[in-house]
Amino acid sequence: MAAAMPLALLVLLLLGPRGWCLAEPPRDSLREELVVTPLPSGDVAATFQFRTRWDSELQRKGVSHYRLFPKALGQLISKYSLRELHLSFTQGFWRTRYWGPPFLQAPSGAELWVWFQDTVTDVDKSWKELSNVLSGIFCASLNFIDSTNTVTPTASFKPLGLANDTDHYFLRYAVLPREVVCTENLTPWKKLLPCSSKAGLSVLLKADRLFHTSYHSQAVHIRPVCRNARCTSISWELRQTLSVVFDAFITGQGKKDWSLFRMFSRTLTEPCPLASESRVYVDITSYNQDNETLEVNPPPTTTYQDIILGTRKTYAIYDLLDTAMINNSRNLNIQLKWKRPPENGYIHYQPAQDRLQPHLLEMLIQLPANSVTKVSIQFERALLKWTEYTPDPNHGFYVSPSVLSALVPSVVAAKPVDWEESPLFNSLFPVSDGSNYFVRLYTEPLLVNLPTPDFSMPYNVICLTCTVVAVCYGSFYNLLTRTFHIEEPRTGGLAKRLANLIRRARGVPPL
Amino acid sequence: MGLLSDPVRRRALARLVLRLNAPLCVLSYVAGIAWFLALVFPPLTQRTYMSENAMGSTMVEEQFAGGDRARAFARDFAAHRKKSGALPVAWLERTMRSVGLEVYTQSFSRKLPFPDETHERYMVSGTNVYGILRAPRAASTESLVLTVPCGSDSTNSQAVGLLLALAAHFRGQIYWAKDIIFLVTEHDLLGTEAWLEAYHDVNVTGMQSSPLQGRAGAIQAAVALELSSDVVTSLDVAVEGLNGQLPNLDLLNLFQTFCQKGGLLCTLQGKLQPQDWTSLDGPLQGLQTLLLMVLRQASGRPHGSHGLFLRYRVEALTLRGINSFRQYKYDLVAVGKALEGMFRKLNHLLERLHQSFFLYLLPALSRFVSIGLYMPAAGFLLLVLGLKALELWMQLHEAEVGLEEPGGAPGPSVPLPPSQGVGLASLVAPLLISQAMGLALYVLPVLGQHVATQHFPVAEAEAVVLTLLAIYAAGLALPHNTHRVVSTQAPDRGWMALKLVALIYLALQLGCIALTNFSLGFLLATTMVPAAALAKPHGPRTLYAALLVLTSPAATLLGSLFLWRELQEAPLSLAEGWQLFLAALAQGVLEHHTYGALLFPLLSLGLYPCWLLFWNVLFWK
Repeated sequence: MAAAMPLALLVLLLLGPRGWCLAEPPRDSLREELVVTPLPSGDVAATFQFRTRWDSELQRKGVSHYRLFPKALGQLISKYSLRELHLSFTQGFWRTRYWGPPFLQAPSGAELWVWFQDTVTDVDKSWKELSNVLSGIFCASLNFIDSTNTVTPTASFKPLGLANDTDHYFLRYAVLPREVVCTENLTPWKKLLPCSSKAGLSVLLKADRLFHTSYHSQAVHIRPVCRNARCTSISWELRQTLSVVFDAFITGQGKKDWSLFRMFSRTLTEPCPLASESRVYVDITSYNQDNETLEVNPPPTTTYQDIILGTRKTYAIYDLLDTAMINNSRNLNIQLKWKRPPENGYIHYQPAQDRLQPHLLEMLIQLPANSVTKVSIQFERALLKWTEYTPDPNHGFYVSPSVLSALVPSVVAAKPVDWEESPLFNSLFPVSDGSNYFVRLYTEPLLVNLPTPDFSMPYNVICLTCTVVAVCYGSFYNLLTRTFHIEEPRTGGLAKRLANLIRRARGVPPL
Repeated sequence: MGLLSDPVRRRALARLVLRLNAPLCVLSYVAGIAWFLALVFPPLTQRTYMSENAMGSTMVEEQFAGGDRARAFARDFAAHRKKSGALPVAWLERTMRSVGLEVYTQSFSRKLPFPDETHERYMVSGTNVYGILRAPRAASTESLVLTVPCGSDSTNSQAVGLLLALAAHFRGQIYWAKDIIFLVTEHDLLGTEAWLEAYHDVNVTGMQSSPLQGRAGAIQAAVALELSSDVVTSLDVAVEGLNGQLPNLDLLNLFQTFCQKGGLLCTLQGKLQPQDWTSLDGPLQGLQTLLLMVLRQASGRPHGSHGLFLRYRVEALTLRGINSFRQYKYDLVAVGKALEGMFRKLNHLLERLHQSFFLYLLPALSRFVSIGLYMPAAGFLLLVLGLKALELWMQLHEAEVGLEEPGGAPGPSVPLPPSQGVGLASLVAPLLISQAMGLALYVLPVLGQHVATQHFPVAEAEAVVLTLLAIYAAGLALPHNTHRVVSTQAPDRGWMALKLVALIYLALQLGCIALTNFSLGFLLATTMVPAAALAKPHGPRTLYAALLVLTSPAATLLGSLFLWRELQEAPLSLAEGWQLFLAALAQGVLEHHTYGALLFPLLSLGLYPCWLLFWNVLFWK
């Protein structure tokens, strides 16, 4: 019996790990997807999403085994006690008027917003350190984020994932409108992908083609999500997204035809072996307005219909089989109807402090139908301290884009779907019910010219001349306003004469 | 300073100034004029050079070849315009959209203060059409503008054609870093003004316009194009903008670079470039160009629609295609290539143009005079006023001392104020009256035009001009009345004090004007300074009066018109000159109200009252 016990233990030890492997599915999964959307203007938008989900408590220290989830980001989450992280790099501007609403919105430049756990004591310090670390990871100038461009919005930017409370003290938001996005930002982003750019959809991510577009936006979103339907525990979700808009006018010589190869100079050959799902969606919604027929080649295996951004859309689904050649064109028409009862307006204004914090103006406004609302802010141009000018002061100074977030009532009611099952492009923003959908719009950044001294030789000359003139002015003024008279030395009165007599007697020089 | 605070030396210096005043004044005046004339000679005039690094070394290969397309567009545009009688907005929108631009329109309307007889318009309403080429992967923070102003007559069709052909060519390129706005404005400058005000969301001239739907960030540079024929013999460039503002010299250098590269014949003020600067011919030809530039800049009018952009700190110039009787002609491709090259280099700009000069004079396209070299000319002229004022000040002072000494009981600490107080009080009336005349000159003509048309058989525009002249002439009759209001014991002191104040007033005004618009300041100083220095109630009064009238601001304007046409080799007869003078008066008032030109208020509120003071001095009893 005594001998049997160790033996049994040994068997258990041998069986244990193996049994674990067999019994439980891998705790992390990867889904990848590409949505190709011909835009109303004739351009083509391509949206990549790579979603890594990990059923693990990253908050606890000591997680050391990483499989699909990138270790660099995982360690960030545990070290800085992050609850959510949203980082986007964008070059260009999404022209909503011509391209319709985007799946993934981002302002021009770099945007970072982070929700910290409520266990964090010094949020500003963590924020500073975090932005510096991210700056290193993504080769971007995020280290320029400091208190002068960080705000804590109180009404917008709610957490997108699981959240028990929304105390705005733990939110930080910053935009760097001047950030230029290029290959050096794309490469580290691609390295975070489990298949890198070796297989699957990511082979299409050729830098020379992606940066040949009208619009380029890449982002990283990290948030906690429910692990199961009852939400007993949480999982971590990492979404890497990339949207590009190809200019049909330039690439297609005015025609609206496109193909994957023409856009990316690559075709899809094999799926990423690590991915549990790898799909290409092509928007084939037909509106039959211009009597134009569309032809998808090869014909799709299945189609998917859903209410996307308030409209019923049809997508051809390719489970990563072959390239597609599609010839189509359509119009997207969204009607916005405002039916909600009027709400009380909310205005939150936090004035700037020079060189410490920027202005923050948040307004909750109800827009009447068919109206134009103009929000304008007056500002004064001021001279900066001369050390505060950038090396190119005449370029101007950027004002960050403003943000418009709205829940827009949907024209067609969407049926609530299990968002674990629905395509990725439809499930970033949590939907409360099917009657409305969430949009977030960004305006263009504003380039403002401040009064700039001439930092060249004439400037010094002017300074010197002004100094000389100022010095001379005083003397001349003095001379011109005063009259000079020569005063003859006079003999003085009787008392003085007497005093002088006494002085002479004493041998002291007279007065 | 020690020299001046030592009473003995100071007295010696004062005597020197008093005794040598007349020769010093003459010398200073002659030096000022001579300095100005010397500006065209090589040590003072320098070759232009490109200062902006972003535009200097980068090579650009122009590929524009849409000459036929441009001509076809121009023919279509002209046909549609003839058919509709106005700007064919729908056709322009359609065409711009077909070449791949984002197209927007803006409607505007403006009621002019009185009918504009030169352009034959009063109630104006029109539509601007503009298309934006969005630069790929840029956030629409910066843009360039190519604009074609279309007037009421059917000129400039070829410019519209070239604009559209260039837009089509530019749309196919991928290297754009700044958005490009292709703007076609109706009613030439009025449309441009409406568009610019709406773009910058300001309203400075009472223009009514619809807000702009499409914007493209801060405009970095603008080029206005005026072409009325399929072939051109030369391209003329205009730089003078509203109130004499000039674009950065680098923009002109850029144009000149592409003139040379494309072998185009380019002119400035309609004058060819002199080649030989070593002999006398080159500088003399340069002097003509320089004088033309001074006259144009002094007028303060926008010479082309680029002039309105300058107010918003957008560097801009106008290119005019000239088709004369020269042998060699260029087609639209050559012009298009020059424009393409300019836009591609402007596209390289990292900062807005600021490296080169903003204040300069141009004796030729490739030669310039910088502000440091031309300012002494104005300085010498203003020195005359300073010397005269100093002399008067000392004479007044000595008179005081002279009065007091024989009076006896003079303590050194006896205050001077009583005598000075009387002197100043006597000045209040003439100053107020002349300023009131200026105000009347500024306000009444436009305000009283309806009263005038009811009582006299004249049109509104005529009424304005005639009222202007009437008030101007009425000012001359006033001084005889003013001195009766004033009673002083010392008659000499009275006019001397008045002249002293007038001299300082004039010197200050001219100094300020010369700093912002050198041409205007210099021109006015040249004419007004001698008469101002000479005016006094003794001596040959009729001669002085004639001189003063001949150098009054209005007479200067008339003289400038004759000089201008003389330099353009199209001399005026007297009758023509008078007609042109009346038209120029009306235009001056109109431009003040429509574009905010400052020449009219400057003359009526500043210089005319000041000149009246001298008239007052002359007829002091």
